Amino acid sequence: MVDHHKKRIVKTKRLLGLFGDFDAAFEVIADIRRYRVPGLTVDDVTLKSPIEHPEIEDVLGERPSNIPKFAFWGGLFGLVFGFLFLASAQANFLAQPSGGKPIITIPSNIVLAYEMMILFGVLATLMGFIIGAKLMRKSEGLYDTAITVDQIGIVIEVAEEQEHPLKALFAKHHVIEVHEETLI
Amino acid sequence: MADKTHQTPKHLTGEQVKDIDENIAWAKINADVLRSMENPRRGYWVAMFISVTLFAIMIYAEIFQYMFGMGPAGLNTSHMWDLYISTFVFWIGMSHSGTLLSAILHIVHADWRKPIYRFAEAMTTFSLMTAGIFPIIHLGRVWNFYWVMPYMSDRGLWPNFRSPLIWDAFAISTYLTSSILFLYIGMIPDLAICRDNAQGWRKTLYSWLSLGWRGDDAQWRSFRVTYLLIACFLIPLAVSVHSIVSMDFAMSIMPGWHVTTFPPYFVAGALYSGCAAIITLFILLRYFFAFEHFMTFPILDKVCKLTFVIAMVWTYLNLVEFASVWYGHDIPSKEVLLAKANGPYSPFFWAMMFFGSVLPFFLLSKWIRRNMVVLFFVSVFLNVGMWLERWMIVTPTLSLGYHPQGFNVMWPGWVEWAIVGGSFGWFGMLFLIFVKVFPSVSMYEVKEMVFHRKRIVYEHVDEVMNMHAGVPGPEPRTTPTPQNTGGS
Repeated sequence: MVDHHKKRIVKTKRLLGLFGDFDAAFEVIADIRRYRVPGLTVDDVTLKSPIEHPEIEDVLGERPSNIPKFAFWGGLFGLVFGFLFLASAQANFLAQPSGGKPIITIPSNIVLAYEMMILFGVLATLMGFIIGAKLMRKSEGLYDTAITVDQIGIVIEVAEEQEHPLKALFAKHHVIEVHEETLI
Repeated sequence: MADKTHQTPKHLTGEQVKDIDENIAWAKINADVLRSMENPRRGYWVAMFISVTLFAIMIYAEIFQYMFGMGPAGLNTSHMWDLYISTFVFWIGMSHSGTLLSAILHIVHADWRKPIYRFAEAMTTFSLMTAGIFPIIHLGRVWNFYWVMPYMSDRGLWPNFRSPLIWDAFAISTYLTSSILFLYIGMIPDLAICRDNAQGWRKTLYSWLSLGWRGDDAQWRSFRVTYLLIACFLIPLAVSVHSIVSMDFAMSIMPGWHVTTFPPYFVAGALYSGCAAIITLFILLRYFFAFEHFMTFPILDKVCKLTFVIAMVWTYLNLVEFASVWYGHDIPSKEVLLAKANGPYSPFFWAMMFFGSVLPFFLLSKWIRRNMVVLFFVSVFLNVGMWLERWMIVTPTLSLGYHPQGFNVMWPGWVEWAIVGGSFGWFGMLFLIFVKVFPSVSMYEVKEMVFHRKRIVYEHVDEVMNMHAGVPGPEPRTTPTPQNTGGS
């Protein structure tokens, strides 16, 4: 049952506008920041591009990444686990006499724990990348192969009343092509 | 004659001064690199034939060694290591090129690395895969190779974690895993390009490997952070790997090996041979795939100069090692050093000194840097020198150890030579398959390079034009610059 008392925007379509260069795409985003399309904010924008633009954060705003945390905790785990693993193996000294030398040998264990720190750090970073970049997931549709060649795409989900203002904004900034798909 | 030179494009004659033509269209970058994966020149197939032949000889030699033992290789007391371990150290050294060119130059924002770092990273991975074969082959009982892995045997025993040989196993497996991931992650945006343009089995392969890459801003941000972090992990790892390999020697008490400068000496040697190999493969790939637009003379100049600098560092550390032994008054070590210079192995020792320390000066000649055939042979002989260096570390010491009854001169048998030669075939085969299946030039990074350089040029030109017109500063751009269409 539809609640007529609640005012909420129901996104009905997803639009993809293709632009010839970053400047045009950035101007569209700047206009969205200026609320030229009622109800749309910069958080609704996904920019698709063939390269990473260095000033993308100036346009889309800071979107922090958790990947350094993955790297840190992965590296720390590798270091601690590596050392404990070696120490527990060396603690088996009844079967493997150490001939009067220390049972747990700190200098050599540091070398190996260091390698384990790097191994687990790299593996955790990879995991963080797959999660952070939303890879290995079902595709959300609306894609154009021109994006991997030389065009910049802007993807936005819009409500019915936002569709025409957004298309007009795209047209104002020389959009090359607009793709759309219905969400509901 | 002069007219003919003027008609030839600058990127073919060596007159080009820019690292890359920033007006190259992005679509052309894609098209050229994707074409390279379909139609290489005939030289590619010749190289593949040579590689497969060498590899087949290696397989035959290994089967022979398996059947008849280590005798035909020439290995016996006191020569238990010889060419196998020398070549192992050589291939580990070669693997450092990718780390240097990709990780270190990435961190310092040297953008000229972008067209050539991909094959250097591939070289790292395949060098490690080649290096890993040798410790297994030299065991003789190759079926027991897994004993080096850290697990508890049925008698409750673990490997000896105090041994540098176990450190090797840890370090090399970590380096191999990390460098494969570094190569793969850096390739994901290019795999998406391949996916969008491929058909048949290639489409299936690239679709799987690109992991659903769509070029979203979130994906690019995560990509940038990940690539940087793994580069940061990889640099100390690479240094530690070759330091650990040097400790296989330096932690022993053998004369000539027990030297404290071995770790930096080995790392410098590794970077040196890696750089020389980059020059060799640069020339080959440029020819095989007609990559003259991407693998340009100015970039080759930079690699040659980098190689020269590292060669000088290696020469210095080599001399330091000699001086340490000479002034150390350790008689057996001194005898080994003198035997290298005037004993039975002296021709190889002096060849090493010539190829390693004198030949790099040829890289200072612009004529040589512009002559692909001469430069190719110079780079190959630099690596011959580096291979001889490893041989001259291993064998003279083993022939002149502490026990007089162990004094003997050993020359490698045909099996050893065949396996060493075959390792180049194995490496070549893997590398050539890689560059045929995957893009050997990073398309997205070349686009970034072109984009940034063109932007800087345009803004600079705007500034100058405004100054001449009396306008106080650069005006904001109101119309889009055709940055990705080659200016058309």
